[in-house]
Amino acid sequence: MEIVKKQDGSNLIISLEGRLDTTTAPQLETELKQSLDGVQALEFDLAKLDYISSAGLRVLLSAQKTMNKQGEMKVTGANDELKEIFDVTGFVDILNIE
Amino acid sequence: MNSAEDMKALTVQAVDENLDRVQGMVEEMLEGAGAQIKVIYTVAIAIEEMFVNVCHYAYEGKTGDVKVEAGIFECEDNGDGATHGVRIRLTDSGMPYDPLAKEDPDITLSAEERSIGGLGIYMVKKSMDSVDYEYSDGHNIFTMEKRF
Repeated sequence: MEIVKKQDGSNLIISLEGRLDTTTAPQLETELKQSLDGVQALEFDLAKLDYISSAGLRVLLSAQKTMNKQGEMKVTGANDELKEIFDVTGFVDILNIE
Repeated sequence: MNSAEDMKALTVQAVDENLDRVQGMVEEMLEGAGAQIKVIYTVAIAIEEMFVNVCHYAYEGKTGDVKVEAGIFECEDNGDGATHGVRIRLTDSGMPYDPLAKEDPDITLSAEERSIGGLGIYMVKKSMDSVDYEYSDGHNIFTMEKRF
């Protein structure tokens, strides 16, 4: 999985490419631990993400919890398959999906 | 329906690193049967959830094997347009554990209230057409089917 970060002051856009699964979720978790300090607006751009499993959902949930304390978070670009997963798991109500 | 003898089998050590091989075997099978990408994707996720579950919990910190069997069968169109199905069975010899006995997570809770457990098996239950667990002869046997 590729993680691309674009930071502009307290705005951070994280673009994910490939698969966010059991193997790659820890990579994103580590990245977030180092990146969210002082961030007030976080965007996950999932336009190039093909796949998400529960391990990936857990990292997004944890990011959402962090951002609830310090600002806002949104998820953009999710394809239909990802949207269906968000729907089935109730994540549509937890995440701000655009 | 085909019998278990028609299923392809792969036995690997129950570690996350082997997930690719297991998913690869089933993906290839589904592609060969003309399954749509959406089906392949859904099945891949279900395999990840169940396989990783065995890797993380079955052997309590020790290592062991997991046998993965998969096969395509023909079925009657019951109105959903599906004429085939894929059956996947995971067998391990770890401690007895019924993943289906776990209570479904409350998906209406807010982010703050949501816990991180139970999500994977819930996704599998929702996305597969049937799931079944039995404990027999010292083995956990988990079987799931998806029509396509």
